[in-house]
Amino acid sequence: MKSSEKQENTHTIAVLVDNEPGVLARVVGLFSGRGYNIESLTVAETRRGRHLSRITIVTTGTPMIIEQIKAQLGRLIPVHSVSDLTQEGPHVERELALVKVVGKGDGRVESLRICDIFRARAVDSTEESFVFEIVGNSGKIDAFIDLMRPLGLVDVSRTGVVAIMRGPGSMENDI
Amino acid sequence: MAREQMTGAQIILKALGDQDVTEVFGYPGGAVLPIYDAIFQQNRIRHVLVRQEGGAVHAAEGYARSTGKVGVVLVTSGPGATNAVTGLTDALMDSIPIVCLTGQVPTHLIGNDAFQEADTTGITRPCTKHNYLVKDIKDLARIMHEAFDVARSGRPGPVVVDLPKDVQMAVGEYLAKEMGKRKTYQPQIKGDPSLIRDAVAMIKKAKRPIIYAGGGVINSGPAASLALSRFVRDTGFPCTLTLMGLGAFPASDKQFVGMVGMHGTYEANMAMHDCDLMIAVGARFDDRITGRLDAFSPGSKKIQIDIDPSSINKNVPVDIGIVGDVGHVLEDLMKVWRSNKSTMDEKAAKSWWKQINSWRASDCMKFDQSGQVIKPQYVIERLNTQTKKLGREVYITTEVGQHQMWTAQHFKFDKPNHWLTSGGLGTMGYGLPAAMGVQVAHPKALVVGVAGEASFMMNMQELSTIQQYRLPVKCLILNNFYMGMVRQWQELLHGSRYSESYMESLPDFVKLADAFGMAGLRATKVSEVDDILAEMIKIDGPVIADVHVDPKENVFPMIPSGAAHNEMLLGPDDKAPSPVSEDGMVLV
Repeated sequence: MKSSEKQENTHTIAVLVDNEPGVLARVVGLFSGRGYNIESLTVAETRRGRHLSRITIVTTGTPMIIEQIKAQLGRLIPVHSVSDLTQEGPHVERELALVKVVGKGDGRVESLRICDIFRARAVDSTEESFVFEIVGNSGKIDAFIDLMRPLGLVDVSRTGVVAIMRGPGSMENDI
Repeated sequence: MAREQMTGAQIILKALGDQDVTEVFGYPGGAVLPIYDAIFQQNRIRHVLVRQEGGAVHAAEGYARSTGKVGVVLVTSGPGATNAVTGLTDALMDSIPIVCLTGQVPTHLIGNDAFQEADTTGITRPCTKHNYLVKDIKDLARIMHEAFDVARSGRPGPVVVDLPKDVQMAVGEYLAKEMGKRKTYQPQIKGDPSLIRDAVAMIKKAKRPIIYAGGGVINSGPAASLALSRFVRDTGFPCTLTLMGLGAFPASDKQFVGMVGMHGTYEANMAMHDCDLMIAVGARFDDRITGRLDAFSPGSKKIQIDIDPSSINKNVPVDIGIVGDVGHVLEDLMKVWRSNKSTMDEKAAKSWWKQINSWRASDCMKFDQSGQVIKPQYVIERLNTQTKKLGREVYITTEVGQHQMWTAQHFKFDKPNHWLTSGGLGTMGYGLPAAMGVQVAHPKALVVGVAGEASFMMNMQELSTIQQYRLPVKCLILNNFYMGMVRQWQELLHGSRYSESYMESLPDFVKLADAFGMAGLRATKVSEVDDILAEMIKIDGPVIADVHVDPKENVFPMIPSGAAHNEMLLGPDDKAPSPVSEDGMVLV
């Protein structure tokens, strides 16, 4: 086996499904049952009238495992289409995080300065705390959280990755 | 136009009728009483009452695999559904089309830990191809039809429809079966023509080819078996079959090199190892087939045809993977092959067949029937000889273990759908209810359920069902007083420490037969074998034949776990100092 075939890579996979009871359990059960990784998973209905939901999964694996994951997802009955954004070309990935920092004095000022640099914004404030909202790719959010930790970070809530292909193409075209 | 109004239970029965269901295997209970009441009031669908829900699913599997139709199961909520889980998993692993209707507590009680409530869709999600909980009578007819479509099309499999009792009693509209197709589910039937052309180009260059076909050929239908046979004969290539594929190509054909895998023939495994082109047809490179993966057929190009895209490149990377129904793809492949007037390189063919025949000369299936102790292989060999002369349809089912392997090795299957065994899951207790299902579908056929005494006892409550419906099933027990395959592995791998693999207090199977009102026969000496088999076949009704066989006999040849195809043990004297590597010890 070539070394490239053993190399584990991260892939962002978008799955368009019928929004019906149990569909998320099918996807999650598939990953746990077959021992695949889930680094992040987001899901929400995107076309209410047609009961379509879009699931975005970030996963890691060797090329053979990634192919298997896509084939297994495609096999689920409520799945319309599976798209490997990492493989198929340029795409945009975003994540949103809410970060709570508690502190007084210099640390509090410093946290506001960092918030400014990262183009985050404070969405809640008390005399001793801020809640910051930050949007970006996962790396940017990781960096922001790392900087906030010594300044009194107490809570983080992250959405996980959502992603979409650049350009005019659409996953919903085929269905 | 006003559509006809009917109750949920009536909709279910009408949908079954429109799906050409004539038999249902089931067991009643509180949550399915409205359906049973509807069954009582009609004559179109016959209900076969089993003795435990597990038996119902295996019976439906036997029915499905021997007819090509969807097998139907009806069980109640809670324990009814959970008892069905093993059979559903078995059907999933072996791709058997089953629709299993389960009762459920009324919708307003779901989630309340009500009496006989279980999260049936939750429990069966990983062991079905798809499942449904019908919460609204409006969805019922559509889901019923969709369930059949999903179960039988593409790679077949089990589908559960969970039916709350209030939905069975509600009144709604019936929809015709054309309404049950689903947009998200459209399996690919035809193979990609350019890949088929590439495959033919690759096949033309082969010097040491082998065709390796599996259960997918059987599932595709008899036409696929015919297409496979034509392809094998036209190319002149050797053909091997998996356990699930036996019968897809006639065992009596000289191009058949025997079963492949752990207990396959020496020639099949050596040919798989040394080939330069492997054509996998509806076979999934299961670990029982491949042996040690990194030593699996190291020098070959591989073409794989399968209807399930996830089967391709799952365990073994292939050079050309063609997604499609194997029957269609083989037809298309043949057209291209013939239009090119292709033939195999004659010189290469000669030397390859010479090599294969030299492996064949090892006569790896030989056994030593001397003395009066009955060798189990001998019983199967005699069963084969006797049944071949009958001119009747003969169906063979097995349980799981040594007797299963001996039957696969020594019974010659020339037709598809006549061999039923639990391959993927390896479910002890499969064979007896499966035989019952086969006999329900084929009342005039000779159905023999070969069993070990341990497996037989796992579902022997179904003897009562067999008796009730006067099903002339022949239970042939190769009784060695051990869980033979466990004992064999303990001998080979665990220093002959036979931990819990010996069974004491076995019933007297002849008296057991008597207790159930059927004929019981026994053979303990070689000289009795032919007579007892003849009598078993002759008796017009169910029979238990208890044949006491050599308790120490092992299944050979064998690829020890963790070993490669060319590291086979051919017999008891062929023991390597340590037949199983440390890596192999952890494998099952």
